[in-house]
Amino acid sequence: MNDLVSLLWTGTLETLYMTFFSTLFAYIVGLPLGVVLVITARDGIRPMPALNAVIGWIVNVGRSIPFVILMVAIIPFTRAIVGTVVGNTAAIVPLVVAAAPFVARLVESSLKEVDRGIVEASISMGATNFQIIWKVLLAEAIPSLIRGLSIATITILSYTAMAGAVGADGLGKLAISYGRNRWQTDVLVSTVILLIVLVQVIQTILNLIARAVDKNSSGGESFKLLKRLTRFGK
Amino acid sequence: MINIRNLTKTFEVSGQTITALERVNIVVDQGDIFGIIGMSGAGKSTLLRCIGLLEKPTSGEIYLDGVNTSHVSGKELIALRKEIGIIFQGYHLLMQKNVRRNIAFPLEIAKIPRLQIQRRVDELLELTGLTDKENAYPAQLSGGQKQRVAIARALAVGSKVLLCDEPTSALDPLTTRSILQLLRKINKTLGVTIVIITHDTTVVRSICNKVAVIDNSTVIEQGFVKDVFTRPEHAVTEQFLSLELGGEWDE
Repeated sequence: MNDLVSLLWTGTLETLYMTFFSTLFAYIVGLPLGVVLVITARDGIRPMPALNAVIGWIVNVGRSIPFVILMVAIIPFTRAIVGTVVGNTAAIVPLVVAAAPFVARLVESSLKEVDRGIVEASISMGATNFQIIWKVLLAEAIPSLIRGLSIATITILSYTAMAGAVGADGLGKLAISYGRNRWQTDVLVSTVILLIVLVQVIQTILNLIARAVDKNSSGGESFKLLKRLTRFGK
Repeated sequence: MINIRNLTKTFEVSGQTITALERVNIVVDQGDIFGIIGMSGAGKSTLLRCIGLLEKPTSGEIYLDGVNTSHVSGKELIALRKEIGIIFQGYHLLMQKNVRRNIAFPLEIAKIPRLQIQRRVDELLELTGLTDKENAYPAQLSGGQKQRVAIARALAVGSKVLLCDEPTSALDPLTTRSILQLLRKINKTLGVTIVIITHDTTVVRSICNKVAVIDNSTVIEQGFVKDVFTRPEHAVTEQFLSLELGGEWDE
């Protein structure tokens, strides 16, 4: 029993390690891409139709390749970056490549929710494009961006399980090597339960934060405490 | 103050050229409260966007304090935009920032020192009667309060001109009156020149000294309100005035 617990504990930590860093790097790449998609659009603050079309095309290609295939296809790239293709750190590379275009679209849709009139008002106040991006688009979209982060994190979490099929550790690997190859149903069931719990926890926490920071909706009484605790958006 | 000469603005919409404004000439003097009245689609919002430097004229010029604004761009354009404050029918406040931060916003982007911002915002809160609402968020305010925030924000950097795009169309009559009183106070005490776009003759009657009537993309009549409204020379102006008394009497 103790063996099982320590096995699952290690697996969970490995899964969280991959999820956290993949999400982080996916946003480092995807967030600027999403911003560029919005501002270079025809109705954006810096219309550049050609650049917009190219980035849009790259993002769509990235999103249409199934993750299992992408993982294998970019093996040379992964090796060039981390020196190996086995292990959790190596898995982060294809995870980021797969998730960044998805993040770009999530960010794009969040920023497009910002009322065009607010952007126009800030233009009339003499805001520079950089100020509009930073202080208007991103600042106004924060609650929506956090909801997007919740979706991205959960998607990346499920991808880490797939990475378990080709050399990464984590709960996915446990489910495959113990659950499938050795028929240890207890391990299989435990990993499934753990994944469900992880998804629920991530989603609940991020949605609570999103609601707590959102000043555009009442938020409800139950979030007052969280607001006071987190002091977000001050 | 504002001198509009032969302003024409056309848009290309799916291959067709649509004329929004044609050879518009308007002179607004320092200290005026200038009403621009017209039916929906007459071109008055495009006119406001041109004066507010949000659209470039297709031809013609707009002079602001003697400076031709029609061909400026880049940093000059950004500096010039600060001379003109705009308030909109839909307020367009930052929904994630409280009243104080909304009013401070134009000062922040102008990189004014924090302490100075604080003092300026306090003044504006007092001027617009929002002192007790400084920590409220726009979602918690009434329409009239939101418009007050928008007015305070538009005046924050010390603009000499305030453009108002249908500022009271979404407000009830009582709130409309208080917003118009606020605008008059701003005009009298700060000497801010005000241009109001509206389709409501009562707005023009209650605070404007001059008026221009726009119909079908062009100015058909302009002058002092007392002249234009007592001796309208144009059928459209008469129509506006008759609607004021209740349009059904005409029939």
